[in-house]
Amino acid sequence: MKRLYDNEMKLEFSSKTCNEAFARIAVAAFVSQLDPTIDELSDIKTAISEAVTNSIIHGYEEGEGTVKIEARIYLDTVQIEIIDNGKGIENVEMAMKPLYTSKPDLERSGMGFTIMESFMDEVKVESALGFGTRVIMKKKITPKEDLKEDNLSDEKQKEDIKNTLGA
Amino acid sequence: MISKYDKENKILTLIITEEIDQHTADNIRRKLDNEIEIYNSKKVIFDFTNITFMDSSGIGMVLGRYKLVKMLGGEFELINVNRRLKKIFDMSGVSRIIKINNEGLIAKEENNEEAI
Ligand SMILES: Nc1ncnc2c1ncn2[C@@H]1O[C@H](COP(=O)(O)OP(=O)(O)OP(=O)(O)O)[C@@H](O)[C@H]1O
Ligand SMILES: [Mg+2]
Repeated sequence: MKRLYDNEMKLEFSSKTCNEAFARIAVAAFVSQLDPTIDELSDIKTAISEAVTNSIIHGYEEGEGTVKIEARIYLDTVQIEIIDNGKGIENVEMAMKPLYTSKPDLERSGMGFTIMESFMDEVKVESALGFGTRVIMKKKITPKEDLKEDNLSDEKQKEDIKNTLGA
Repeated sequence: MISKYDKENKILTLIITEEIDQHTADNIRRKLDNEIEIYNSKKVIFDFTNITFMDSSGIGMVLGRYKLVKMLGGEFELINVNRRLKKIFDMSGVSRIIKINNEGLIAKEENNEEAI
């Protein structure tokens, strides 16, 4: 059977906030084979950070657990899934509303899902109470021809992407 | 984080150099509060020039510091907020509450264009 994707990676790490930077940089490095712009990479890094943070602080409530990331490339589109086996979300529709947070006391703003939706092309959330949550996000990476008018030279862009990845 | 204090005008500028996420937020928050309380200045400015990454953890962090500065009777302002961060502050309503001054950033971009 023919596979539906061109490339795939899977990542698993402990539910600890110190892994957030690692997770977003690893995914950005995987996506960089599509030759994304710096903006596209930053969008993806921000969305990953939101979903991973949610798994750690809401899913596992800062206790023990494993966060999984699966990323697949289909032509010029990347699909990224962030998966936890934490406590799950009772009402996904409500959770995704801007400014909704179940933890207002911790200086949370309730903007995580709104940021994911605004920086990615598509965000879907599957969740079951007591079983966990899966966030599925997609983003199409602009084909290079569309960027010809961009005044960044290829070299400069590669350099910038390297810096973004390194940061 | 780098802090600069203008004694004459009692303005404290805090240049945040860390990536802001859930992991780093607590530590940055503590450092910022500490500086704000020590100087108790007339005005506190957060300079975002050097921020390469910020997620939603930054929203609560900024709003919390704004409340602290207000409570101490000072003014609060954000400067050099890039497009992505501005979008996050606009979406969350932060821009409606806190003054964002991007004159320095705009001037820099114009200079860059001339150079190209
Ligand atoms: N992986 C998850 N497991 C369990 N609950 C979740 C998960 N992700 C999100 N939630 C719930 O959805 C709510 C909204 O999430 P969102 O990321 O939009 O806001 P937040 O995390 O509360 O605040 P912010 O992201 O702005 O710091 C959370 O408060 C939480 O109740
Ligand atoms: Mg969140």
